[in-house]
Amino acid sequence: MYRSHVLVCGGTGCTSSGSQAIIEKLNFEIAKNGLDKEVQVVKTGCFGLCALGPIMIVYPEGTFYSMVKEADIEEIVSEHLVKGRVVSRLVYDETVTTEGVKSLQDTDFYRNQKRIALRNCGVINPENIEEYIGTGGYEALGKALTEMTPEQVIDTILASGLRGRGGAGFPTGRKWQMARNFVQDGGQKYVCCNADEGDPGAFMDRSVLEGDPHVVLEAMAIAGYAIGASQGYIYVRAEYPIAVKRLEIAINQAHEYGLLGKDIFGTGFDFDIGLRLGAGAFVCGEETALMTSIEGNRGEPRPRPPFPAVKGLFERPTILNNVETYANVPRIILNGAEWFAEMGTEKSKGTKVFALGGKINNTGLVEVPMGTTLRTIIEEIGGGIPNGKKFKAAQTGGPSGGCISAENLDVPIDYDNLIAIGSMMGSGGLIVMDEDNCMVDIAKFFLQFTVDESCGKCTPCRIGTRRLLEMLDKVTKGQATLEDLDRIEKLCYYIKDNSLCGLGQTAPNPVLSTLRYFKDEYIAHVVDKKCPAGVCKDLLSYEIDKEKCIGCGMCARQCPASAISKTDYTAPGKKLPALAIDPEKCVKCGACMAQCKFGAISKK
Amino acid sequence: MKSLEELKAIREKMQGQVGMRHEDETTTRVVVGMATCGIASGARPVLNAFVEGVAAKGINDKVVVTQTGCIGLCQYEPIVEVMEPGKEKVTYIKMTPEKAAEVIDKHLVRGQVVAEYTFK
Repeated sequence: MYRSHVLVCGGTGCTSSGSQAIIEKLNFEIAKNGLDKEVQVVKTGCFGLCALGPIMIVYPEGTFYSMVKEADIEEIVSEHLVKGRVVSRLVYDETVTTEGVKSLQDTDFYRNQKRIALRNCGVINPENIEEYIGTGGYEALGKALTEMTPEQVIDTILASGLRGRGGAGFPTGRKWQMARNFVQDGGQKYVCCNADEGDPGAFMDRSVLEGDPHVVLEAMAIAGYAIGASQGYIYVRAEYPIAVKRLEIAINQAHEYGLLGKDIFGTGFDFDIGLRLGAGAFVCGEETALMTSIEGNRGEPRPRPPFPAVKGLFERPTILNNVETYANVPRIILNGAEWFAEMGTEKSKGTKVFALGGKINNTGLVEVPMGTTLRTIIEEIGGGIPNGKKFKAAQTGGPSGGCISAENLDVPIDYDNLIAIGSMMGSGGLIVMDEDNCMVDIAKFFLQFTVDESCGKCTPCRIGTRRLLEMLDKVTKGQATLEDLDRIEKLCYYIKDNSLCGLGQTAPNPVLSTLRYFKDEYIAHVVDKKCPAGVCKDLLSYEIDKEKCIGCGMCARQCPASAISKTDYTAPGKKLPALAIDPEKCVKCGACMAQCKFGAISKK
Repeated sequence: MKSLEELKAIREKMQGQVGMRHEDETTTRVVVGMATCGIASGARPVLNAFVEGVAAKGINDKVVVTQTGCIGLCQYEPIVEVMEPGKEKVTYIKMTPEKAAEVIDKHLVRGQVVAEYTFK
């Protein structure tokens, strides 16, 4: 029996900022102080507040230490764990008030969140199945197998209103129903999990897999029971080594405890799960391409119908759900459909996890009820935009989504509202942009990504996106005309209408939505040959104000292109001649401006 | 896993462990003074007696045992404060593991303050 638990985040974010060394040091210091029978160190998954990592929570007090360094551990152990004195300089400052340390749940970051998919992330040790069971794990599977018929499981999921969290938002229960009913020949069916999270800036599936891998296994077994499948596959990116390792451990432990394999709970139900590692092609997140890849072929999509529920993996009925979708399933089975359907909006039930990134103070993972406004997410949970800059737009849905402008900050976020304002839920990446971001450049960035990732099977996507990128490039170089803008829009719709799979059909979304909300920026590039945000290098010039320049030469030393040299003008009161930038040589890197302490260099 | 009973047994075993990791306003807090003065007069065995005793009684879903620094009454250490939601704080002084067992049994389980050990 331990009197205290020290939880240290072992997610990818905190691991990369050194949490493994912290755990080792903690164990060493705890043993040195003779507390190893009293205090337990637990390596957990992601707490969500990745910007402040490495993160450490001491229970039962619930003290939240942030940005912990190895050198701080000795003090934390000798002060807090031995003597009970909180090391206040290391405590997350949001929790410190004049009346002492307040609960983490009352901070702006956590107060507005509702954690269902992430309920165990940052709470349990993901490498210990007993901790998962201790929070009610595998009870939903037990309930489904012993108290419910497969039809009742499907009806519960249908009634809950759960929709696919991978982006498109197809009702999960409907998918299961189709896979159960369409083909009833007694042959093999499959349950697949899409863990090929590829959107730039999205990391919610990774965090669930790293923090709570068993929830996915349990949900897949429930799905297998519902549709009549005995085999499941998880398709996970090889770029997620921690997630892969914890999934392997989880599958082995589930086998050991008889929660996967033959005759689960003595009910005669068999279910097994295999891992398949993706080699990193974005298109493999598309369902037909993913299944083709599991089969051992080159990951390319195929036309639908037939839908996977009828003819999927190995030409057999298959359901494919996203990690976050599965993470909701056990709780729905345990708490009932009504409990889940009470949260969210009319057509989007439950919660959604967002990966907050970009120009935001609290970079990290948040889970909010559907229908929360973007303003709440950005200003309250996210802690606003750094350096007092102004919000310009938020990008949701990655390369398939679009930008939400300031005028839509108060729209309740759900599947249908996001589509109505020209974006989409996507897997839940949310990248915040401020006034220093150029919207044409953003559109170009995402399009460059889809151009690289297009599998090349269909022409509209392979060639269409490339032509589109070339036209955007012209805009950012100031070489485009207003007619080009019309042609861009026309090509966007052509690609959307004619591509084979979701990748191509959604690839023009970043362009279309920026054209819709930020047309003035496109026009500034085309007509005035200016980039209002000062990002597009071809439309920029750096200049030295010769009256302010003291001739110190710091800028010239920084210049990688040797474009700065002395002039023969010395400003009144200055000792050395002013410098000037040769626009022919300048590569517009901005190094000179960052170096100048006298504010003499400006960007136009 | 051949039965739901096995699953339940593991859950019950683990619940006391994992249950510590959330904050709840309805729990009773037992706070042991663990500054130098407390440790010197034997607070650590008292703390451990509370942790083990609370677990043994199976009330660890309602009671958390935690530690604090110097309360300021060093001559009365080891000091233990019991804070129940909505009730006045009770301060026990000069505690020993034996007294701790009595406090767990009478106060934490049955709700009767052990007046003879309190600070007056």
